[in-house]
Amino acid sequence: MTIPMGLRAALVSVVLFLAFVLAWHLATRGTGPVQQMDPEYAKLMGATATQGKSAMPGPLDVGSKIFEHLKRPFYDNGPNDKGLGIQLAYSIARVGIGYLLAVLVAVPIGFLIGMSPLMSRALDPFIQVLKPISPLAWMPLALYTIKDSGISSIFVIFICSLWPMLINTAFGVAAVRKEWLNVARTLEVGTFRRAFTIILPAAAPTILTGMRISIGIAWLVIVAAEMLVGGTGIGYFVWNEWNNLSITNVITAILVIGVVGMVLDQMLARLARLVTFPE
Amino acid sequence: MATFDNPFDADRRLKPAGCSCGGHASQAEHDFHAQRQLQCVPVASEEKRYEGVVASALMRKIFPRDATRRAFMKSVGASTALAALSQVFPLKTATEVFAQGGALEKKDLKVGFIPITCGTPIIMAQPMGFYAKHGLNVEVIKTAGWAVIRDKTLNKEYDAAHMLSPMPLAITLGAGSNSIPYTAPAIENINGQAITLSIKHKDKRDPKSWKGFKFAVPFDYSMHNYLLRYYLAEHGLDPDSDVQIRAVPPPEMVANLRADNLDGFLGPDPMNQRAVYDGVGFIHVLSKDIWEGHPCCVFAASKEFVTTMPNTYAALLKSIIDATAFATKAENRKQIAEAIAPANYLNQPVTVLEQILTGTFADGLGSVQKVANRVDFDPFPWESFAVWIMTQMKRWGQIKGEVDYAAVAKQVFLATDTTRLMKEVGLTPPTTTSKTFVVMGKTFDPAKPEDYIKSFAIKRSA
Repeated sequence: MTIPMGLRAALVSVVLFLAFVLAWHLATRGTGPVQQMDPEYAKLMGATATQGKSAMPGPLDVGSKIFEHLKRPFYDNGPNDKGLGIQLAYSIARVGIGYLLAVLVAVPIGFLIGMSPLMSRALDPFIQVLKPISPLAWMPLALYTIKDSGISSIFVIFICSLWPMLINTAFGVAAVRKEWLNVARTLEVGTFRRAFTIILPAAAPTILTGMRISIGIAWLVIVAAEMLVGGTGIGYFVWNEWNNLSITNVITAILVIGVVGMVLDQMLARLARLVTFPE
Repeated sequence: MATFDNPFDADRRLKPAGCSCGGHASQAEHDFHAQRQLQCVPVASEEKRYEGVVASALMRKIFPRDATRRAFMKSVGASTALAALSQVFPLKTATEVFAQGGALEKKDLKVGFIPITCGTPIIMAQPMGFYAKHGLNVEVIKTAGWAVIRDKTLNKEYDAAHMLSPMPLAITLGAGSNSIPYTAPAIENINGQAITLSIKHKDKRDPKSWKGFKFAVPFDYSMHNYLLRYYLAEHGLDPDSDVQIRAVPPPEMVANLRADNLDGFLGPDPMNQRAVYDGVGFIHVLSKDIWEGHPCCVFAASKEFVTTMPNTYAALLKSIIDATAFATKAENRKQIAEAIAPANYLNQPVTVLEQILTGTFADGLGSVQKVANRVDFDPFPWESFAVWIMTQMKRWGQIKGEVDYAAVAKQVFLATDTTRLMKEVGLTPPTTTSKTFVVMGKTFDPAKPEDYIKSFAIKRSA
């Protein structure tokens, strides 16, 4: 009996995961060196020094922490201590706004660059210079000029997620099959009609690939931006737990960030599949 | 003083006569007594004091001629007079309004803080109700670092903030940012820092063996930077060429110590105690042993906030002074540690904070030390502190050129404002705004700042 490919792949994934968790558990189970200290002193010291407990938490600690967070995702103890659900909601909202702005700017400009070889060469140097700039480098400039940390974070997401979409749109538009464009010329189709009825559907798969890359970058950027600026958000949560040297919570946050990133990516993958056409 | 005299006393004269307070026959006598009296006359409570003031004003209006008032008092007696008065005039309400000192311009405030024990008065005032007591609804917002707190206060996202004591001076002088007038009306804490070294250096207690070490301080414009440099210079090391000093945010100091990126740091608590708690470092020397009573962090507000919203500013400052007074008492420290430990505030284990605040702590080398004033709280912003900070800024080349030390100190460290508000909450402020003090055995005289800078062998200024 042949096991279907999907099931086989899932089994291999599960086995790899279990192997990793086992290795992690064994690595953190051992005890480190313990000094002799008198009981009054020991009472004032933490577990690492008194029992030699590993500073890295094991998978069981992380698992129970994740469960704790999932039980109460929306609590609100004040401006600096909110549930994981609320922090994620804030981050996703910021990503949403910044990303949408980037789409509104990137797609039209991408079209322009793709359809006009002149604009393509003229704008190329600017794109090449601005593209590799890290979001953390934009942050101080944004804070200084915009003077509002919320809007600065959104600006930084915008400026960093712009480039993949822009370049992919330009590429997609420029790579539309010449036969289709020739047919359009034969039929004397106007520029705008050509753009919307021929070029857009033809370039759509490439544009959506660009959007998929950009959402990944936007999600990456928000975590870094929030660590720098604070407020409410998953990046801020990581930084707050880092303050307390609570590695368990930091690992929890990392896993959550990864899962949310994956979900966002999958959403765009679905969207991409809607516009794909067989060649 | 006539204002505080009992208006229902038949035997006293209510109208001021002879001297400014009305209690003496002549101004000369008043001056003589004022000099001897360093404390305000204690009152049963603040409310009683305010009640007397309002009643006084009322009686003077009703009986413009004092003789008539006294005759009235003699005939009906104090309690009847009070009852009669309260029928026609709401004395209690008037007293409350007066005690508030004017309507608050803004009740919902945002105050930024860094999660270190230096900011204890600002932080504890929220969960322990000091802000609410003075009619304010304050949200204390945890901030990622000193540069961010500076930026957010400058762009008005925060109304006021917890800052390092040199920061308002640097901002006013335009060092490291635009020049915007800032004020530091209250010191948050004195002492409370320490030089912590990596546990692997536990045999290298002599600073002369520290050549090539990498140290961290929280910020370039901080008491930590100046104290560390002072300590190193006194032991013959040049802080710029013999060791490396970098700015590292306090939470990352412990992690960097563990990862061997740093050999030590002069940082705020709870980082020192946390390094000991996690077994990665030991406390080499407490900052109070470098300079006993040094300021560390301040409560800072822009001059604009102070001038455009004076009543809100007064209420905010009073809450913080109140909280500071509460924190000075040793018996309250344990309670404070529990209040500021949760994730919403400092996010540290309670035992670490208890060790810091009560002064009974593990030092990382196997013994339990008992230093009661390891961290202490005294809100008075001595102008001489500001002058010392500026001399060190000049010494290490952070500010150049001529500095009018006394003028800037007066402008930024608002000693007179704080004196007034300290009296209002029942504390005893000092009578002068400047004093000499001793740092590592060397006396500092705030009247001679340039000579002090010149007297050091290791310095960057000419």
